[in-house]
Amino acid sequence: MTDQAPDQAAARAAATATGPLLRTDGLTRHFRIGGGISRKTLHAVDDVSLAIGEREIVALAGESGSGKSTIARLLARIYQPTSGEIYFQGEPLSGLRSREQMLRYRSLVPMVFQDPFSSINPVFRVSHGILRGLKLHRPELSKPQRAAEAARVFETVGLTPAAEVLQRYPHELSGGQRQRVGFAQALALRPKLILADEPVSMLDVSIRIGLLNLMAELRDSQGVSILYITHDIASARYIADRLIVMYAGQIAEAGPVEDVLASPRHPYTQLLLSAVPDPRAPLSITAETDRGEPPRVIDPVPGCRFRWRCPLAIDECSHVTPQLRQLLPDHDAACHVARADAGIRAFG
Amino acid sequence: MRSAPADRVRELAGPGVPLGVPPDAGVPVLQVDDLSVAYQTRRGDVTAVDGVSFDLARGEFLGIVGESGCGKSTLLFAIAQLLAPPAQVTGGCVSFKGTDLTELTERQLAAIRWKELSVVMQSAMNALNPVKSVGSQFADAMRAHGVSSKREIAQRSAEVLAMVGIDGAHLKSYPHQLSGGMRQRSMIAMALLFTPDLVIMDEPTSALDVVAQRSLMVQIKELQAELGFAIIFVTHDMSLVSHFSDRLMVMYAGQVAEFGPTRRVFDAPLHPYSVGLLDAFPSIRGPQVPLTGIPGSPPDLAKLPGGCRFAPRCQKVMPACETTAPPLYQVDDIQVRCLLQAGRGPAGD
Repeated sequence: MTDQAPDQAAARAAATATGPLLRTDGLTRHFRIGGGISRKTLHAVDDVSLAIGEREIVALAGESGSGKSTIARLLARIYQPTSGEIYFQGEPLSGLRSREQMLRYRSLVPMVFQDPFSSINPVFRVSHGILRGLKLHRPELSKPQRAAEAARVFETVGLTPAAEVLQRYPHELSGGQRQRVGFAQALALRPKLILADEPVSMLDVSIRIGLLNLMAELRDSQGVSILYITHDIASARYIADRLIVMYAGQIAEAGPVEDVLASPRHPYTQLLLSAVPDPRAPLSITAETDRGEPPRVIDPVPGCRFRWRCPLAIDECSHVTPQLRQLLPDHDAACHVARADAGIRAFG
Repeated sequence: MRSAPADRVRELAGPGVPLGVPPDAGVPVLQVDDLSVAYQTRRGDVTAVDGVSFDLARGEFLGIVGESGCGKSTLLFAIAQLLAPPAQVTGGCVSFKGTDLTELTERQLAAIRWKELSVVMQSAMNALNPVKSVGSQFADAMRAHGVSSKREIAQRSAEVLAMVGIDGAHLKSYPHQLSGGMRQRSMIAMALLFTPDLVIMDEPTSALDVVAQRSLMVQIKELQAELGFAIIFVTHDMSLVSHFSDRLMVMYAGQVAEFGPTRRVFDAPLHPYSVGLLDAFPSIRGPQVPLTGIPGSPPDLAKLPGGCRFAPRCQKVMPACETTAPPLYQVDDIQVRCLLQAGRGPAGD
């Protein structure tokens, strides 16, 4: 895990030369809430520009309500953006018009959901979902070919013996196995990018590692990219190449995962890292002045959205919204103070 | 306003030392003795909690951890006498301040609940009544215990809300108007309406993100230091209790696998299962190490393996483990159910 194969790094460099696999430009999604005179706008995602390369696991981390799931749904075309654009392999998604184009995009960018207990239809054998997906997205396959393909992807995700597992009902599988079924269904579509929204958060600790290893393996052996949405930064470190930290619908910080963890620039990232429980480390309670209350994203006013919780806020923070700026090679943060002073330490 | 209690906790704890009130050596507030719970199913009885014993001192913080299905929530429900059929206590007793709770009638239990023993449930969203304001739910609990003065109710409700850092104005709020963190806090406030001797918490922070989680844990610890109640805290997240509990019980397949002072268990776990649980945590600090987790999954309680229940997943399995069910051994101040400690004496009080 730690030592990435050099050919992989080379492949990534080559990919960046031809542009990233997926890129968003000023992606914004607002939701209208209330009506009449109490009409308000919730800014779930505001002006997010990110890129996901080939063969890359990008972790999207942040607290609940930070907009990370909304981003996944925008990328999956479940929501349409309020403004901004998503480019997949260089093509804008707003250009996808026909059903064939949409089907093709959905098979290249499938989604794996958080809850393995509600994302598989309980009344059918697990083969049902995967065979239907194959029939819809890969109509060129004959019936025996579909069965063979289903068995192949089940083997790939570690559901063995595949022929036997395919015949089981969801209730006969453990949570970890069901989540593997989710990945198998995605994989059967020959995806380029899997959107995984909290795929391990409902699993037991001992089972999680197996799923995390599976994601890393899918990247290394199958060459798929994964957008790994999580609130668990420690697991992100374990498998991700890059980490994007969201706060209140905006990107607070982004960079190679080890760089961000070793020298977090944004005060929010520092707070987040200081709060991660670590049984091996002695307790640090420096972050305890923080209440942990969610930020206001309903009709937000200009300025930094973290300023109410930030011990370092300066005058500028209350009226100028900080932009994401490169502070170190490939390492960006949206903070006025961090921009001026590289060595800031707000928490932890 | 926030810094004062945090300072107080830091004074209590000293830098880098786990927070905690030293357990009072006096009378235990709770004594659980050989407690067993079974679910009656068509396939026969399934024992979900199998002979669990422990004492809880006044002001002590006990953490109970384990994977889903290990019996931790069932144990907690059995202690609070909240089991509903098909679950049933099949043996042992739960002695709360000298009274065996298993022998009390519903009426007698109702007199104790909230007043002397409170339970904070896992999901505050489901535990709070969505169509009643927080204040009127607090008032219900107080009226049930004979407090009828409106002024007294309003005053105490505002007081406990303030204790958990919520403005008294929120007594008029409905659960959906509060954030997840505030809902959990108001559940804890409700548990403290009277001054209970024991507060039982079932994963009260699992719906929160890490920052809110940490802040709530510190707050619980502060309140405990101030009011002196004992806590049983059930969680699947071992790292969460690592700094907050005095003692830690690791459960596996309905039994105690390891039980001892929290720091001892974390620093030198004896049971291979505890080692596995601890090794399964990716760390954000220090060098990155490959993780293995624990292969396999917990056994079906209806079809338990003969011998040690952990043997099929154990890295250190020996031939004897397949046939001999290990008892609890006492190793210094730790109880552990593993044949690797077979030379030690049996655990007993």
